[in-house]
Amino acid sequence: MKKRLCWNQRTKTLILLAVAVFYLAGVAVWGLVGRESALVTDFSRKNLTPSLSYLFGTDWLGRDMLARTVTGLSISIIIGVCAAAVSAVIAGLLGVAAATLGKKVDAVITWLIDLIMGIPHILLLILISFAAGKGLTGVILGVSLTHWTSLARVIRAEVLQLKESTYIRTAEKLGHSKWRIAKKHMLPHLIPQFLVGLVLLFPHAILHEASITFLGFGLSTEQPAIGVILSESMKYLVTGKWWLALFPGLMLVLTVMLFDLLGECLRKLTDPGSVHR
Amino acid sequence: MKLEARKISFRYSEKEREIWKDFSLEIDSGERVGLSAPSGFGKTTLCKILAGYEKPESGVILLDGKPLSEYRGYCPVQMIWQHPEYAVNPRLRMEEVLRDGDQVEERVIRGLGIEDGWRKRFPAELSGGELQRFCIARALGRRTKFLLADEISTMLDLITQSQIWEFLIHETKERGIGLLCVSHSEGLLERVSTRRISLENKEQEAIPADM
Repeated sequence: MKKRLCWNQRTKTLILLAVAVFYLAGVAVWGLVGRESALVTDFSRKNLTPSLSYLFGTDWLGRDMLARTVTGLSISIIIGVCAAAVSAVIAGLLGVAAATLGKKVDAVITWLIDLIMGIPHILLLILISFAAGKGLTGVILGVSLTHWTSLARVIRAEVLQLKESTYIRTAEKLGHSKWRIAKKHMLPHLIPQFLVGLVLLFPHAILHEASITFLGFGLSTEQPAIGVILSESMKYLVTGKWWLALFPGLMLVLTVMLFDLLGECLRKLTDPGSVHR
Repeated sequence: MKLEARKISFRYSEKEREIWKDFSLEIDSGERVGLSAPSGFGKTTLCKILAGYEKPESGVILLDGKPLSEYRGYCPVQMIWQHPEYAVNPRLRMEEVLRDGDQVEERVIRGLGIEDGWRKRFPAELSGGELQRFCIARALGRRTKFLLADEISTMLDLITQSQIWEFLIHETKERGIGLLCVSHSEGLLERVSTRRISLENKEQEAIPADM
């Protein structure tokens, strides 16, 4: 009986994982394909409240808010994936380097981490994004250069701890090469940390992209990005057009939560304590 | 073969007291040396030095006249730790732990009472005693010449203890492996060892160094 219950929990996690991946991939593809329709203006249908034919309503230029939201989200997801991947790679390389290349390298990398963590995220993001000429590259560069620090710290600490653990030192005495120990004994510890860290970077990346775009330092205003949609809707909110901000905002929150859930699922699945569940 | 500690001194850091001072010890292969001393005397530290995990501050560990640190690859002196739960990787199945050893024979695995069902499990799913058998098996690889057993059976019940020690005595005799058995249990040391060392009088040397 107990065994069956546990098995269900693992299956449930797998299903959640599949749903999250399917939703995110679906939104990304749909947004890219339906990009044209997000830009179509039609003054005969402006300012419509949400209805069956326009689920999210239309805006003051008669643009379909559903199409705009999905396209905006797809841009956000793409930026999130790129930025999270780049910063996770930076974090992995610097974290391992700090732990293995001796005291001096460690001191320099730790100092760099402290330096970046010491500056408020959003400020540094705006500076880098602005310096890189705003737009898509600016945002990706800004997000990836500011978000690697905490994951790098985690990886560094993990490698340092592993290096001194009894079982790694025993493996050395059993005559295994450094490379083999790294592969067989260290990677199984590092990969889950790395993957979970990577996935949990997505929501940060997406929210920061949306916020600097909202503040006007990110993507250009012609693009239907979530940040642009939200900041434009602010002007119309007071005139009672609540649907302009509500649905895109909700969708953004949903996406971020799904990524968070994805990370949590991954962590559960790779934890040996739950392997038989 | 002969494992020899020649005038070794050791402390964990500059500020701390000297745990060992000019200590010498010789173990021949085929010999089973029983070592007993009160807690905190540095028995585990001695095992770590003899197995090459720690470097002595002065003095040298010789295996057949050659410094142990010059042996590359598989270390012929293997140590079995008091706490098996730290000595195995929590993310690897037990069969991988056995594979880490130097071609551990099936006979050894059977002799230690390891059941087939245990091999597919993770360390967290075995008891301390069951884990310790894997650690002993792993240390009994093909090229092992000396075995340092640091209170390896304290977590076992008496019947299992005697089963494991019977096997270890038989195995070391057969293969000419030298054994250092560290324990608090008088009865066990009496039964296992061919020679006894007691470190009660080391105190006189240790305390002045501390002052």
